[in-house]
Amino acid sequence: MLAAERDLRVEQQKSLRVKWVWNDMTGFDPPHQSDTRTVYIANKFPQNGHYVPQRFADNRIISSKYTIWNFVPKNLFEQFRRIANFYFLIIFLVQLMIDTPTSPITSGLPLFFVITVTAIKQGYEDWLRHKADNEVNGAPVFVVRSGSLVQTRSKNIRVGDIVRVAKDETFPADLVLLSSDRAEGTCHITTASLDGETNLKTHYAVPETAVSQSVSRLESLQAVVECQQPEADLYRFVGRITVTQHGEEIVRPLGPENLLLRGARLKNTKEIFGVAVYTGMESKMALNYKCKSQKRSAVEKSMNTFLIIYLGILLFEAILSTILKYAWQAEDKWNEPFYNQKTDQERNSSQILKFISDFLAFLVLYNFIIPISLYVTVELQKFLGSFFIGWDLDLYHEESDQKAQVNTSDLNEELGQVEYVFTDKTGTLTENEMQFRECSINGVKYQEINGKLVPEGLTEDTPDGSLPCLSREEELFLKAVSLCHTVQISYDHPDAAADPFSHANGFSAQMEYYASSPDEKALVEATKRMGVTFMGSHGEIMEIKKFGKAEKYKLLHVLEFDANRRRMSVILQTPSGQKVLFTKGAESAILPYTKSGEIDKTRVHVDEFALKGLRTLVVACRHFSADEYRDVDRRLHEARTALQQREERLVEVFNFIERDLELLGATGVEDKLQDKVQETIEALRLAGIKVWVLTGDKHETAVSVSLSCGHFHRTMNILELVQQKSDNECAEQLRRLARRIKEDHVIQHGLVVDGASLSLALREHEKLFMEVCKNCSAVLCCRMAPLQKAKVVRLLKTSPEKPITLAIGDGANDVSMIQEAHVGIGIMGKEGRQAVRNSDYAIARFKFLAKLLLVHGHFYYIRIATLVQYFFYKNVCFITPQFLYQFFCLFSQQTLYDSVYLTLYNICFTSLPILVYSLFEQLVHPHVLQSKPALYRDISKNSLLSFKTFLYWTVLGFCHAFVFFFGSYILMGEDTTLMGNGQILRANRQLMFGNWTFGTLVFTVMVITVTLKLALETHFWTWMNHFVTWGSIAFYFIFSLFYGGIIWPFLHTQDMYFVFVQLLSSGSAWFAIIIIIITCLFPDVIKKVFYRHLQPTSTQKSQFIEAYQGIGCVDSMCCFSEGQNACSRLGRLVERLMGRCDPARTPRSWHDSDTFFSNDRSILTLSPMEVSHC
Amino acid sequence: MKNEGETAQRPDNTAFTQQRLPAWQPILSAGIVIPGFLVIGLAFIGIGVGLFLTSQTIQVLEMDYTGVATDSSCFRCSMTSSQNCTCEITFSLDKLFTGPVFFYYGLSNYYQNFRKYGVSLDYYQLSGDTQYFTSPQSVCSPYSYDNQNRPIVPCGAIANSMFNDTFELYQIINGTKNLVPLDGKGIAWWTDYNIKYRNPSFVNGSLANAFAGTVKPINWPKPAYDLDSTDPNNNGFLNQDFLVWMRRAALPQFRKLYRRITEGNYAAGLPAGNYSMTVHYNYPVLTFDGRKKVVFSNVSWMGGRNDFLGIAYLVVGSLCVVMSIIMLIVYAKFKFSDDDA
Repeated sequence: MLAAERDLRVEQQKSLRVKWVWNDMTGFDPPHQSDTRTVYIANKFPQNGHYVPQRFADNRIISSKYTIWNFVPKNLFEQFRRIANFYFLIIFLVQLMIDTPTSPITSGLPLFFVITVTAIKQGYEDWLRHKADNEVNGAPVFVVRSGSLVQTRSKNIRVGDIVRVAKDETFPADLVLLSSDRAEGTCHITTASLDGETNLKTHYAVPETAVSQSVSRLESLQAVVECQQPEADLYRFVGRITVTQHGEEIVRPLGPENLLLRGARLKNTKEIFGVAVYTGMESKMALNYKCKSQKRSAVEKSMNTFLIIYLGILLFEAILSTILKYAWQAEDKWNEPFYNQKTDQERNSSQILKFISDFLAFLVLYNFIIPISLYVTVELQKFLGSFFIGWDLDLYHEESDQKAQVNTSDLNEELGQVEYVFTDKTGTLTENEMQFRECSINGVKYQEINGKLVPEGLTEDTPDGSLPCLSREEELFLKAVSLCHTVQISYDHPDAAADPFSHANGFSAQMEYYASSPDEKALVEATKRMGVTFMGSHGEIMEIKKFGKAEKYKLLHVLEFDANRRRMSVILQTPSGQKVLFTKGAESAILPYTKSGEIDKTRVHVDEFALKGLRTLVVACRHFSADEYRDVDRRLHEARTALQQREERLVEVFNFIERDLELLGATGVEDKLQDKVQETIEALRLAGIKVWVLTGDKHETAVSVSLSCGHFHRTMNILELVQQKSDNECAEQLRRLARRIKEDHVIQHGLVVDGASLSLALREHEKLFMEVCKNCSAVLCCRMAPLQKAKVVRLLKTSPEKPITLAIGDGANDVSMIQEAHVGIGIMGKEGRQAVRNSDYAIARFKFLAKLLLVHGHFYYIRIATLVQYFFYKNVCFITPQFLYQFFCLFSQQTLYDSVYLTLYNICFTSLPILVYSLFEQLVHPHVLQSKPALYRDISKNSLLSFKTFLYWTVLGFCHAFVFFFGSYILMGEDTTLMGNGQILRANRQLMFGNWTFGTLVFTVMVITVTLKLALETHFWTWMNHFVTWGSIAFYFIFSLFYGGIIWPFLHTQDMYFVFVQLLSSGSAWFAIIIIIITCLFPDVIKKVFYRHLQPTSTQKSQFIEAYQGIGCVDSMCCFSEGQNACSRLGRLVERLMGRCDPARTPRSWHDSDTFFSNDRSILTLSPMEVSHC
Repeated sequence: MKNEGETAQRPDNTAFTQQRLPAWQPILSAGIVIPGFLVIGLAFIGIGVGLFLTSQTIQVLEMDYTGVATDSSCFRCSMTSSQNCTCEITFSLDKLFTGPVFFYYGLSNYYQNFRKYGVSLDYYQLSGDTQYFTSPQSVCSPYSYDNQNRPIVPCGAIANSMFNDTFELYQIINGTKNLVPLDGKGIAWWTDYNIKYRNPSFVNGSLANAFAGTVKPINWPKPAYDLDSTDPNNNGFLNQDFLVWMRRAALPQFRKLYRRITEGNYAAGLPAGNYSMTVHYNYPVLTFDGRKKVVFSNVSWMGGRNDFLGIAYLVVGSLCVVMSIIMLIVYAKFKFSDDDA
């Protein structure tokens, strides 16, 4: 093995040298930049000297950001790119450079702490990535080298190596399939880990290589793969393989069906050989690693605004102090009294320099007004807090065993701010579990009843109990449906049956269909019930059984489905040798190309199906004459082997083939609504959130689903903006709608827009369209392309009000919308995990959205909003006395507090209570929040961080700071009134305090007041809150006693020695502390009580309910199993005693709070809630 | 995956993960706040009355002796720059000034809290480390070395500017001056005297030798080891007056304890009668508009006289009561309609 590798390396080095020479000689661009790459299988380079080998990346996957060597510089660089960290770094440097009142430690230590914590977190995450990388890169793989199979590590695979992969292994690189253990060269794979599609996919080898099933035969294989340079699209691959056989070159096209992607897994196949074409970071999986765009929440934005305001305050204070200092110093007697002479150096230094250094010194003195630990605390809170979402049992889906998933914790609080919800329909509102219901064959409508097709109008009891006899049309229709698809078959015990495609041991019972599209699966299953069973395909033969009679069709071509054509076709050779094309697809994609069949009747039927909310597909066929088929075959082959513009040419050919169709009929498949969709949408609406449904479905289907899920309801006036052909027409219609809304503003309006009209409306009449939309309580957009969905989201996002948007969807077509919206939510559904991977949060079912927004969103918002406000408040309290003290010390930058107190205030004394608060606070019980969605309106529009509340907190901070300072100032008097009982053990010897004692008094009062202020805000006192609140105060006392009780050998001054004890030994100091604290908090309590009673928010009202009713009474949609227990019984008892149990009461309050939606009452029969009220 | 159990992903159903921790959920409603305020208010009024009355019993006698006014006895001294100027202040007490009487000197417009001033000391010197005697820390400058570059001990602005007026108090009984004994012990913090400040160890049995090679602070009349000639234990850095001075005042207007009157006939206080105080006027304050005064005061358990604390308690207490009454009225009138919402 080693020898082989060495050989390879030598060879490569040789070729490298060759390349250099070549480059030097000609100056050509390196070959890597050409459009295609040429891969010589098994690295058998042509022998003639002109060959220039291309350089490819090795197969190492690197997802980590740092190495051991660059971690420190790179991480530091990343961290100091944040404004706040950089600010503190500057402050720190200023302290190092000039003579400042506080030592550099005061800002250096917190900065160091913050940086270290962040670095540890990031380092740990990177270490995990390294570990994962190493595991992947070191995984053993088998490679054919020098004519034998050698085991090596995954990272050693080079482009051109032939790799052997065994059953159930993942592919270590992007491979072009050469051969499998099957003679026809097919294999089955699942791409679940790439895109989440769990169905089995068949991949093919070209026939020329498929025969090389052993190492020895591969050795003799001479082939070259030419393919495009790597790109991220998982479903695109264009290449060709040139096999030299007996001196003859055979060229074969290669497409995605020949490519085995790294990360996919081999299934149902013993082993395959493939040649690596894209390796390492160039594989499609690696190219799909994406740095997610950074979304920032509204709270973060207001936080930054506040920071800037505080920066303004800081600069103002510093400048004011500097100016006042110089005003003061104009007089010599203040500037340089006899007792405080300056050094010569000080006298002689330049005035400007002094001014600047004074300004900087003041900046340093006041810099704590910008809360350094704010960012760390917020990050910690978000990180820890987001666990609650994943832990929530109510967001756990039992059937699929999936819990909610948080992909980014940065947006937790944004969940509480949502104003618009954009939801996909299929798979999000519906189960994406298809059930065949009806069909239309040759103009006759049929229903499926007990597995039989029954024409409309006939009853079930058709006389024939035995084999039903199908008409020609019916038979052809069923055959078309059972043949035109890409369904795979898997057997329940694939191991038992060595070859699943040998039908030796019977079938049917264990047979299971796997399809990428649930519609196809439903259709194939339906035809099976009706007697035409798809038995599977082996090689190019598709086999069906018509009432037990097998028929074999040769599959000539598959014209794959794509979203633009909206149809797919197969070309088959019937047992009788005819060539026939079967097509199925959206009715708009097929009907225009039909020329025979019951077109009009079918169209009517399709519309009827759609009205019932069924998903419709139209089926058609075309018979080819032998000449026609030759033409078709040639064109297809040409297009498929084209290296350039293959897709465009394919589309052209497809369109050429799929015309002149004979209409066979249409199918109607039902997609069941998910559980509790109606309740959820209603709850969201009551919460003041506008729900828009964006779907690719037909207009009629979309409207009927919308109606059935409560998005539209019967009382709504439904406006339509559909099938607008021209700009003017569209504008006219919009104006008409706007007028109607104005005339009829009492009832609610719903708007239906289709994709085409929407793009017209958005192109020219964005404003008008927005106007209409905003006045509609429900909007439904149908026939939307994925990018259009994102466009709609962006339109709303950037409208003048800048509402917060949320997009929710389950499929790849929702990804753009999920990424565009402020909050993107993925549904872990059947359509793969692409949406989940690109989302910010992922949940299993649509109904969980209610709890996610109404409960978690509400909590997170309140927590973080209070956290942010409180941080600013406590830092104002902290620094303002310092500022005020300057007025009494000649602006000499004397600090009021000791350096250690300055440093530890934010780190130790006041950090934990707010963190615990911000993790556990619950203003209202979750059940109440969920059962009264209107409470969500209390926090809408970022209300807790509005400028008014910000001003309130800031002013409060200043007021408290004034009380702390002047309270202490007056009580201190001339430094005799508050006197410590100075001499321990000897009573009645009153001594004066001194400046440090004064500062400590202010600081003590401050720590206690600030902690108690938070206690006033706390509504949910768990043992942890008690522990940290009282613990913080106790810690402050214990720490101060300890700190003041020791002569610290490494400190230059012992300023604080016994100061704290001295302070506490004075009786009047205790009285002063108490009175100052009470004076600060007393107005706040009064304000709270008056607001609560005279102007209560609905949140506060519901706190009362909760308090009086007990929890069990206010039941909710998702109730804990423990919900009904003694507490509800007690609650009811209390109510009866108080005469409160009035059945109409709770529902009434919920209506009262929602006069807005008074006309919603007709549909307010949200049974689970109202019925369960007491 | 399904083989590993159907509910492998199921979150734990614990009170913590489900945010159902038992919690006390107080509501600041009128029902709690009104009686609460009433109780607090009444308690505060009680405390306030107590504090106020205590404060009222404290006698304070203040006398400015700066000598700004031309008719004041110390005017002469304030004008001359000569040392050893003495002036006399007389006063009379019409009732007993209950003891123990505390005797303070007070300065105003004096910024001991100036930052550069405040750091201008060498703690290592003051803790008796003779290494620092010869090379004081740089923070002391310009008070580290004298003109001839000899190190100053104790260095720094604070020490240099030590208050050096001295007072003698006499009671005039029948025309004769009766010296009132002043007690200068224990006027500094116990920890300062016993732990924080240390004299250098004696060299050859004498403190003075330990200070060899250093000079006294420029403004001092005597070196540190000779501050109190009457009591050898009150010298060096452990001089009580020095310690009092070294504890910087927080505000520009301050008093510092000078002596206590606890001995002899005056243990119970200063009896009514006429007194005369001799001031050895040394300390210049007029250059910076400062004032000097002497204060006699007695103290209670709560310290010196401070009416403000009592008044603050009375005001806040009454406000609490008033607010609770207002709330009660509002409550009765509006019935708190939302109370049962």
